[in-house]
Amino acid sequence: MADAIKTLFKPGHTACAGCGQAIAARLVVDTAGPNTIIANNTGCLEVFSSKYPETSWGVPWIHSLFENAAAVASGIESALKYLGIKDKVNVIAQAGDGGTADIGLQALSGMWERGHDILYVCYDNEAYMNTGCQRSGLTPFEANTSTSPSGKQSLGNLRPKKPMPEIAVAHGIPYVATASVGYPQDVQRKVKKALSIKGTKYIQIHVPCPLGWRHLPGLTFDIAKLAVETGLYPLIEYEEGKLTQVRNLLKVKPVEEYLNPQGRFKHILNSPEAVKLIQQIADRNIEKYSLMETKA
Amino acid sequence: MRQFIEGSKAVALAVKLCKPGVISAYPITPQTHIVEELAQLVADAELKAEFVNVESEHSAASLVLGSTACGVRSFTATSSQGFLLMLEVLFNIAGMRLPLVMTCANRSVSAPLNIWNDQQDSMTARDSGWIQLFAENNQEVVDLHLQAYKIAEDKDVLLPVMVCMDGFILTHGAEVVDIPEQTLVDKFLPPFNLINKLDINNPKTLGAFADPDYYMEARFAMQVANDNALKVIPRVAGEFSKVFGRDSGGLFEGYRIEDAEQVIVSLGSLVGTIKEAVDELRREGKKAGVLKLITYRPFPASAIYQALKNVPEIAVVEKAVSLGLSGPLYADLKSSFSCSAKRTNKISGFVIGLGGRDVTKDSIKEIFDLLSKEEKACRFIGLKQG
Repeated sequence: MADAIKTLFKPGHTACAGCGQAIAARLVVDTAGPNTIIANNTGCLEVFSSKYPETSWGVPWIHSLFENAAAVASGIESALKYLGIKDKVNVIAQAGDGGTADIGLQALSGMWERGHDILYVCYDNEAYMNTGCQRSGLTPFEANTSTSPSGKQSLGNLRPKKPMPEIAVAHGIPYVATASVGYPQDVQRKVKKALSIKGTKYIQIHVPCPLGWRHLPGLTFDIAKLAVETGLYPLIEYEEGKLTQVRNLLKVKPVEEYLNPQGRFKHILNSPEAVKLIQQIADRNIEKYSLMETKA
Repeated sequence: MRQFIEGSKAVALAVKLCKPGVISAYPITPQTHIVEELAQLVADAELKAEFVNVESEHSAASLVLGSTACGVRSFTATSSQGFLLMLEVLFNIAGMRLPLVMTCANRSVSAPLNIWNDQQDSMTARDSGWIQLFAENNQEVVDLHLQAYKIAEDKDVLLPVMVCMDGFILTHGAEVVDIPEQTLVDKFLPPFNLINKLDINNPKTLGAFADPDYYMEARFAMQVANDNALKVIPRVAGEFSKVFGRDSGGLFEGYRIEDAEQVIVSLGSLVGTIKEAVDELRREGKKAGVLKLITYRPFPASAIYQALKNVPEIAVVEKAVSLGLSGPLYADLKSSFSCSAKRTNKISGFVIGLGGRDVTKDSIKEIFDLLSKEEKACRFIGLKQG
C-alpha cells in the first residue's frame, strides 16, 4: 500500500478489473513525476479517474473534450513557454485509440506539425470501449465489435489497424514508439526517454480490455505479451525518423495463442482461412521490422 | 491616441493593450485581418505572446482553453463556419468557467455560402454561457475588448466573453479611433489571477465529469454567474468611464427613447443607421427612438422592460433568424414583457440585412411605418419583389 499511496494515480478509481489502460496510465504518470501537467481526451480513462468530487490524479490534470487533448496540451505548453517555465514541466496529452486515430487525428496532426514540446500517449485498447466496444481505426482485422459484428456475410472488422506510428513518423517528430502494458519496464523506459527529448513525442501503448476483448481479467498481462510474441503488436522505436530499436522475438508464437482466449475472435477460430489472414499480418510485421534478427 | 485605422487593427491594438500571453489563429473571412495584425505585432516584438497558428477553429478554441486554464490571459477570433466548428469547445470553455475573450467578426452561415455580414453565427452560442457584447462602431469595439477581460475575470463572473462586431462593416471599415495609453489600461485592467488553474505546485483536476448528483448545480452556478454579470457589466462600464473619460459599454444605450412613441431595439452597427433615421424622423416631428442592446447575454430583460414599458410601439430589428420562430432577439424581448399581464405595447419583429444585404435609412423608415400595423413576430425586410 505504501507504493499505492505514493503513486500520482491514486487507487479508488472505477476502472474494471484487469483494465490494461489503468495500469499503463499509472506507469506513465509515475514515470513522468510530479512536475507534469496532463490533458486527457474523453474516454474510459477520463471517466473512471475523474468523477466529481473525487479524482485519482496527483498532478494537474485537465479534461476538455473527446478530440482536442492535443490542442489543449498545445495551449498549456504555449502558456508554460510564455511563463518561462516550460523546461521545468512535462506536458502530456493522452487519449484512447478512437480519440487519437479517429476523431482526434486532426488536432494531433496539428500538434505534431507545430512541434510542441509534448508527449502524446495513446492507450490502444482497439475499440471505443467507453461507449461499449464499437470499432475504431485501431481495431484489428477481423475483431468482432458491436459495430463490426461477425455474421453470415462478415468476419468482423474488415480493415487492418491504421498505421499510427508511421503517420507520426511521417510528421518528422523526434520520437515515436509503441509499447505494451505487458512489458511495464519497457513502458517506463520509453516514457523516460521520450520526456528527455525536446519536441513532440508519440507513444502508443497496447492495453488489453477484458470487457471489450472478452477475456478473463486475470489474463491482461498474458494477452498483452502474446500480442507482442506473435508479432501482431511489434514494439518499435523511431528516433528522428529512423527505426532505432525493436523488441526481438527469440521464438515466434502462432497467432492462435493470442486469439484463443479472446471472445472478440471466437467467430474465426474454426475458420483456418480467417486465422491465416491474421497470421499473414503477424508475418509481415516480423519481416518488416526484422523481429527475428538479433542485433550484433 | 486618435488614429484613422481599420476595425481589425483597432481590435489587435486593443488586445495588445490587454497583454495576452497566448493567441491562437486560424484564418476565416472577415476575421482574418485581426489575427494578421496580431501576428505582425508579435513578429515586431511589440507584443510578447505565444502566437500559434492552428489547423482549425476547433483547435484554435481548444488551444486557448488550455492556456487560459494555466492562468495566462489568452485571445482568439473567428467568424461564421469557424464559429460553428468551435461551438462544441465554446460550450466547454464556459462550462469550465474559463474567462477567455474572443472576437466574433459576425458573418452569415452556409448554405448558401456567403461571406458577408449578418449575426447568425454568434446567435448560435446564445445558450452557451458566454457573455455576448455587440459593438456599434470601432471605438466601441476597442472599449468593449478592454472591458471584456475585466468582466470575464471578475471573481463573481468567471465566464468567457465574446465581443461581436459586424464583419466587413466594422472589421474592414476605417474610422478615427482613440487607442488608449498603456498606463491607463494597466490602471483599469489588473493582471489576470486565476484561482483554479493548472499549476504543478498545487495540482488540481479541471474538467471532471459530473453525474446527475452534481451536473445541475454546476449549470445553476453558471446561471448565477450570468445574473452577477448583469451587475458587473454596468459597474465595469462605470469604471471605464472614470479612467478613460468616455461612456462606453454597459447593458444598453437608449437614444432619444425618453419620450418616444416608437422605438427600435437592435444590435451592432445597424444602430448607427437607425440613429440617423431616428434623427430625420424627429425633425419631421415623429417621436422615434432606438435602444441599442450592447449586452445580449446575459439578457438584461428587466432593465429593458423598465426602459420600454411605456413605449406604445416597439420593433426588434435584427440580422439573424431562429428559423421556424422569429428573430432570436425578438423572442427574448417579447419574453421580457411577459411580466406585464396587461401589456398594451405593440411589439413586432423584423429580420433584415441577412448575408450582407444592404440596410438603408429608407428600410428603417419603412419599419417605423409598419409599426402602426398589426403586431407581427417575423417580417423580412428588403426582400426582392416577385
